[in-house]
Amino acid sequence: MSIPENYRYTSDHEWISVEGDVATVGITDHAQEELTDIVFVELPDVGRVCDAQEAVAVVESVKAASDIYAPLSGEILEGNEALESDPSLVNTAAHEDGWIFKIRLSDPSQLDSLMDAAAYAAHIGA
Amino acid sequence: MTDPTDDAVSESPLAALHEQLGAKMIPFAGWRMPVQYSSIIKEHEAVRTSCGIFDISHMGQFFVEGEGATAWLNGMLSNDLSQLALDEGQYTFLLNPEGGVIDDLIVYRCEEERFFLVVNASKIEEDYDWLNQHLPKGVELANESKFWAAMAVQGPESPQVFAKLFGEEVELPKRNGYAAIDCEGELILVCRTGYTGEDGFEFFSATEMGSEWFQRFIDAGAEPCGLGARDSLRLEVCYPLNGSDLSAQRTPLQAGLGFFCKLDTEFIGRDALLKQKQEGLGERLVAIRYTGKGAPPRAHYLLCDEAGEELSELTSGVLSPTLREGIGMAYVPLTHAAVGTRVQVDVRGRKFPAEIVKKPFYKRA
Repeated sequence: MSIPENYRYTSDHEWISVEGDVATVGITDHAQEELTDIVFVELPDVGRVCDAQEAVAVVESVKAASDIYAPLSGEILEGNEALESDPSLVNTAAHEDGWIFKIRLSDPSQLDSLMDAAAYAAHIGA
Repeated sequence: MTDPTDDAVSESPLAALHEQLGAKMIPFAGWRMPVQYSSIIKEHEAVRTSCGIFDISHMGQFFVEGEGATAWLNGMLSNDLSQLALDEGQYTFLLNPEGGVIDDLIVYRCEEERFFLVVNASKIEEDYDWLNQHLPKGVELANESKFWAAMAVQGPESPQVFAKLFGEEVELPKRNGYAAIDCEGELILVCRTGYTGEDGFEFFSATEMGSEWFQRFIDAGAEPCGLGARDSLRLEVCYPLNGSDLSAQRTPLQAGLGFFCKLDTEFIGRDALLKQKQEGLGERLVAIRYTGKGAPPRAHYLLCDEAGEELSELTSGVLSPTLREGIGMAYVPLTHAAVGTRVQVDVRGRKFPAEIVKKPFYKRA
């Protein structure tokens, strides 16, 4: 299982990669392993303005639907449309091509409130 | 990503083995059971193409015996026991006086006046109490659920898996058949039945021998499968799940399972069924299939007509691993029950087009 050093993490098992004030968000390798068999991803509406912890997307396995939250407040810029035809990218490339959405952060300094790789590793007992 | 509330009270006798095999355990009908080992889709495919094994130790086992057992039990169950030859089983219902389903089960005739019943986990106590209340003198009813470990070996290659363990001299019973086998002094029961739509058998051993047998079947080529695959497999062949597709408020006629109610025999609930047959069913359990891609349908999602008006809710739903499309079942008014009727499934406010199709969704070649 991989936990990239340059990402930030939430306790809901999402990863965040930031460039300027734009964050790319996905679910962690650990999360996709737990869910297995992702069969559907409901992407967030582009332009939606959301608060931190707001449910904006849904990842579905055969057995269950799991909410995906905005890790921080901001505006949704883009959903990963590749997931509409191939949701299993979340399983095969959780930290790269399986990203779920991009969000323009209203306050990038809030990033410091998220876990770094070491803290997330401890969080999942890795 | 939160864990479901763990309200389970019973542990499968195979629990330690499941953990060893890497199973993900969930609470189900008061039991902690494996939902999956590797992947629900892979396990589903193993059963459709080769062989899988499920722990079904949560299910209940009753024995009924004594003079008059046949006549009495035939008055409790909807199907016709008198049609059962020795060592044969049949699918049947335990109904309330209103014709609603208490439980659906399989009854096997082990001797002229001795029967083996396999009932749903969540209904063991209710079934036992109901049967016991009506028990006549001279007939004995025993709930042996605690004493049996149970597993289902399912898939086109299950006869080969059986042959690997038992050799040529022990024959697998024929379809719906039952066999009590003395295996070097150990009593095992083998039934050629299942809940997947594939060839296969259900296997019962003493509780403490369960893990050993489960491992032997795996070593003989069976892939361990969890409740996740069990649910998607049974839904593809439209086998009902009691508590979801069947309930005390609905009759087997409405569920489209009238074949298993022999109305020329006397049984509790029969009068209600006859009356309903005469007055009309009102609604029917239909099979629903997405006409395109969409979010997986699930139980309790709203079902709407073509105009978007609410019809009912899904009783079951899944993204079919075989068809790769959403499938489900729901009770709908007869006006919307015809094959080809267009409907929509509401998933979190988004509506996905679907249509009523012929049951089942999948039939083995």
